Amino acid sequence: MIPKASEINERSSWKEMTQGGEIAGGGTARLVETGQWRSRRPVHLTDKCRQCLLCVPCCPDSSIPVQNGRRSDFDLMHCKGCGICAKVCPFGAIQMCGEVEE
Amino acid sequence: MKEKETVEIRWHGRGGQGTKTACLLLADAAFSSGCYVQGFPEYGPERMGAPITAYNRISRVRNTVHSNIYEPDFVAVVDESLLRSVDVTAGLKEDGAVIVNSAKTPEELRPLLNGYKGKVCSVNASRISRETLGGNFPNTPMLAAVVWVSRVVDPEKFIEDMEASLKHKFATKPHVIEDNLKALDVSMKEVQVG
Amino acid sequence: MNRRDRLSGNEAVAFAMKQINPDVMAAFPITPSTEIPQYFASYVANGEVDTEFVTVESEHSSMSACIGAEAAGARAITATSSAGLALMYEVLYVAASSRLPITLACVNRALSGPININNDHSDSMGARDSGWIQIYSETNQEAYDNFLQAMPIGEDPSVRLPVMVCQDGFITSHAVENIELLDDASVRALVGEYRPENYLLNPETPLAVGPYDISAYYMEHKKQQAEAMKNAKARILKVASEFEKLTGRKYGLFEAYRMEDAELALLLIGSSAGTAKAAVDRLRAAGVRAGLVKLRVFRPFPGEELAETLKNVRALGIMDKSEGFSSCGGPLFAEARGALYNLEKRPLAVNYVYGLGGRDVRVEDFVNIFGELSSIAASGKPGEVYRHIGQRD
Repeated sequence: MIPKASEINERSSWKEMTQGGEIAGGGTARLVETGQWRSRRPVHLTDKCRQCLLCVPCCPDSSIPVQNGRRSDFDLMHCKGCGICAKVCPFGAIQMCGEVEE
Repeated sequence: MKEKETVEIRWHGRGGQGTKTACLLLADAAFSSGCYVQGFPEYGPERMGAPITAYNRISRVRNTVHSNIYEPDFVAVVDESLLRSVDVTAGLKEDGAVIVNSAKTPEELRPLLNGYKGKVCSVNASRISRETLGGNFPNTPMLAAVVWVSRVVDPEKFIEDMEASLKHKFATKPHVIEDNLKALDVSMKEVQVG
Repeated sequence: MNRRDRLSGNEAVAFAMKQINPDVMAAFPITPSTEIPQYFASYVANGEVDTEFVTVESEHSSMSACIGAEAAGARAITATSSAGLALMYEVLYVAASSRLPITLACVNRALSGPININNDHSDSMGARDSGWIQIYSETNQEAYDNFLQAMPIGEDPSVRLPVMVCQDGFITSHAVENIELLDDASVRALVGEYRPENYLLNPETPLAVGPYDISAYYMEHKKQQAEAMKNAKARILKVASEFEKLTGRKYGLFEAYRMEDAELALLLIGSSAGTAKAAVDRLRAAGVRAGLVKLRVFRPFPGEELAETLKNVRALGIMDKSEGFSSCGGPLFAEARGALYNLEKRPLAVNYVYGLGGRDVRVEDFVNIFGELSSIAASGKPGEVYRHIGQRD
């Protein structure tokens, strides 16, 4: 059993890493925190949201999780703050705010 | 320039904000005042918004060292939101300083800087650039703040050189020259050292 | 008049290309050399050069187009890195065997895999048997100066070989540093006009290039190539002396730094030599007889000259910024140690493979290496000869 991607980091020795850089485990993209790239953050205004789910497939980073046919809050570990969801929402239920409070 | 042979500066920013440009402009300014310079960005997966780092070495004599910089004298943080995910003061010398683009005061910033004990400086480069240049272009005010705090080049000479360079680049757009000079001037006056 | 400026390595090489104003550039982009054809394309678009810029679909094609152009009688140039150079592999050999003095700016980057965009020398080292002259640069200044000297070297009738001018990707190519530039007239005087004796576009001397050789001929053609590569050494030195008259900057087959009475020494290539010089200075200040040799010309390999310079060194660290996977050491180690074979008294030589995939090397790392060399000199035993440094064990 070769080590999983989640077990390898920048402190791993050459003996601990997989041969040839093979990446074990599925869905490993989930482990990469691209949320660090954000300088604007989406805010879900639940009182305006009609759960139309139009935002969900428009998100290029699959950062709007859906359960039982309803969307919940943003996956901020992966959301890069592109703002496409806010643009496509027909009800103004998503607002882009600064990542840092001004 | 100071007694030190070489001054090392590290910049933190996000791709697309002009951090690399600020680093190279500082190299330009130091070059114009007769120094030996290095200005180099660190590259990795490149996207707008991804954290990037850039470096300067500025010296009186030619520096042959080509490694990365691990113990900078000064650190400039062009995007405040990086403070939560990047250890911007790593290796920063205690007798140096960190300069952050922020509305916060140095006292408010200090707790966010991972226990750094040296000088903490802040300047609201984003606000200054919005007022003088009409948009969020923090690199020009940040450059002025870094010069002011570090004194790698004489601030007056720096303004003179920038004026000459702006006049050369924007000969047909005098208001751009004025706006940029204003941004530099305001930034130098407003930078808080704490 | 020479003038002072500050440029990155890529900007400097593109500027050199502009001053040379070659007939043809055929290039394909690849990080970190992309900026070279990119800046040069601006010069073309702005009418600052007369060059025909050929956009091609791959690096194999860019070298093929250069071969066609150079054989036709034109000066052809290109730039690439890493996998781009590797993709040209087959035709690199053809450029050399057809005796066409094409110039290539190689911005050194690690070969895949795993995929890596950072600096090491595996790309150009992988092409070391292709018959190209290979010249390495420590800084933006050297990249600029070497590129200007490339054509006078390769185009000389005693040589007629293509020239690869190398610089470290990102470390040199993307770092802005002080530089001194020649004026255009001096560059034109240095490179002159390309006047091949025979070329395809001369109706008075019909010519065919790129034949099929039966075994009755191939060996003789290769012997000619081998002689040409030997001749390149003298030509490189001659061009360097002309260059010195123009600029005051001295170049040779290598740079011997504080080697006069050195007991401990390093042999290495590229920008790391600059970092190592700082370590040498620190040790010299502490009374240690340390020195280094920075190899500029890898092909042709200056074996005799290196042996002469290194003969009194007691312990020698040969640094390879690429692997050859010989299992006995890297490529520079193999060739340098071979050069030392005939010395009556040889230095104790060990190999350090370092800096692969852009792994940073610091002044402190070199200081530590000199410490190891000192122990080796004291004990008289090299210990493990094939070493890797900088990795996490």
